[in-house]
Amino acid sequence: MAQIKNRLTPFFENITFDRDDNELVLNFGPQHPSAHGQLRLMLHLQQEQIVKAHPDVGYLHRGMEKMAENMIYNEFMPTTDRMDYIASSSNNYGFALAVEKLIGLEVPRRAKVIRMMLLEINRLMSHLFWLATTALDIGAMTVFLYAFREREYLMDIIEGYCGARLTHAAIRIGGVPLDIQDSFLHQLRVFLNKLPENIKDYEDLLDTNRIWLMRMEEVGTISTEMALSWGCSGPMLRASGVAWDLRKEEPYELYDEVEFNVPFSDKGDNFARYRIYMEEMRESAKILYQVIEMYEKCVDNNETALMAHAPKYISAPKLDIMTQNYSLMQHFVLVTQGMRPPVGEVYVATESPKGELGFFINSQGGPYPYRLKLRAPSFWHTGILTDLLPGHYIPDVVSIIGTTNIVFGEVDR
Amino acid sequence: MRAYTPKDDVQAKAYYTDRFYVAPQVPKQDVADDAVFAADLEAISAKFEVKESFIQVGQMVVYINANDIYAVLELMRDELEYTQLTEMSAIDWLAKDNTFEIFYQMLSMNKRKRIRIKYFIENGQAVDSVEKLFRSADWSEREMFDMFGIEANNHPFMKRILMPYDWQGNPLLKTYPLEGDEFAAWYEVDKIYGKEARDIIGPELRDTARVDRYDSNRFARLGFEVPKGTEITDDMEKTVQSYQEDGGVFLITKLDKESSKVIDDPQR
Repeated sequence: MAQIKNRLTPFFENITFDRDDNELVLNFGPQHPSAHGQLRLMLHLQQEQIVKAHPDVGYLHRGMEKMAENMIYNEFMPTTDRMDYIASSSNNYGFALAVEKLIGLEVPRRAKVIRMMLLEINRLMSHLFWLATTALDIGAMTVFLYAFREREYLMDIIEGYCGARLTHAAIRIGGVPLDIQDSFLHQLRVFLNKLPENIKDYEDLLDTNRIWLMRMEEVGTISTEMALSWGCSGPMLRASGVAWDLRKEEPYELYDEVEFNVPFSDKGDNFARYRIYMEEMRESAKILYQVIEMYEKCVDNNETALMAHAPKYISAPKLDIMTQNYSLMQHFVLVTQGMRPPVGEVYVATESPKGELGFFINSQGGPYPYRLKLRAPSFWHTGILTDLLPGHYIPDVVSIIGTTNIVFGEVDR
Repeated sequence: MRAYTPKDDVQAKAYYTDRFYVAPQVPKQDVADDAVFAADLEAISAKFEVKESFIQVGQMVVYINANDIYAVLELMRDELEYTQLTEMSAIDWLAKDNTFEIFYQMLSMNKRKRIRIKYFIENGQAVDSVEKLFRSADWSEREMFDMFGIEANNHPFMKRILMPYDWQGNPLLKTYPLEGDEFAAWYEVDKIYGKEARDIIGPELRDTARVDRYDSNRFARLGFEVPKGTEITDDMEKTVQSYQEDGGVFLITKLDKESSKVIDDPQR
């Protein structure tokens, strides 16, 4: 059947058109390779300079909030993987923590330690991915290859733990499903021992690289006021002079027991953000070394519990389910009907690699959340392009999008 | 007697709830328990009517009047150091009492505190935009408009953000079914081919496990699978492919495929 062409009324699907005042409208995306996903930018240009930018999102909208209202709490966990799919355990964790706060659960220490390992590995994976793709956008192919090589090691470790490389679903409400595999700590140590030289390699390639500096320094400067007003968080906020890291300021899990620094800069430009990502990788490694020790202490103290004990909400360990009738009944009810958290509301924010990842849950006592709002940092980091891009030139667009580190699974949800 | 279920909420419901089940409550603390929150609440209630306030899971919740929102957030930003509006959206209570509950999640970095400002509006009522105070509300209010149809007064660009511009319906309303309404089901067909093509094209196949075994375009040899390595060409003649350009290739004057020798061994 033939398409009736007139029925297709493209908005701006033609690439360019002139206007009376010689302003050019350039449609950037939604399939642009350096847009890091489905970002469409409508740029109003005077020569090569941008006078107005209009980011258009929604190309990856899957209605996760709607899905959440129609799923039991445990059922929603794999969906959170698809938000920030570069670091999916951090989304799992944010959701699990929100539900745990709603219920009032205390997670066993060993599970907390494993969660912290997963979170920091995810942070490293995300930052390495950021470095690789941004460097590739700027033209530094070598860094891309190196950073992806390192990310591959981490993905292997994660794969050994949960069987998945990208969408982990490795964290459960109330703890973690599994203990780490035997080779985990060894592999992680080998990786961490090598990481400082790797980071040094990237820095040697980039820090004094003329092209890199020209594309990064004094480009995409975000002032503190602008960052706060636009709801920026994570590295975007820290690069703009606010030393705000939720791991430090509102510690969750065992982050108050580990020592690490919060790198920040008052420059606010692309280069500041790049430096912060690099420093954060070092800090993550520092945290991981301490967490490995914490894990070994857990083993020594014979703390074996991995899931919280709360029969109303959390299934018993598998051994109990297979041997005890009551545990099996509980498990059956929890799987078929789902847990019913108390009536109330909670907003829990965690520091994902991209920024403040928040889960707002309104529970009416049923097995389905009445309202679940996902607060994804990238949403506002995309919005800020409206104010950030004007005044810049076309090549800057690519480097600015790169350093905002937006992931569209999370922007559109 | 069967429990009453509101007809205008089509979201998933628990298929079984014990008749005597009383849902527990997430505990609420008094605002006076926390000195910082108490001072903040005092500053707000000195100028505006506060309908209800409590602390839940470490965060203060304050209910105010809908038309005070701009002034309250301005006060919080300028005087109470709540410098970030991290999140805002709505909760649909249309099935219950025809209202929306709007919440604004505020963050103070100096005090390390979070406050949730809330108010109710009637269905069809617009909210006041706080985009002038917090630029982040620009996109949040657009998202709220997109998802619930709640408009924000004085917003510079009140357009849909996640759904297409020409979408009908607001997906996060409780009356909107999870699998979409009729408009959603025929959106692409109507747009590209026209409504009259609905019968020809037919409805979208929603069964993800469905396999058409005679569809040889997508599922080659389905149902007629052969072991690996089986010759399936039945002595069909090989298509001779010649990539010679019309005018001949530079430097190659005459290429005779038949008589030329192909070197298989790369080591030679």
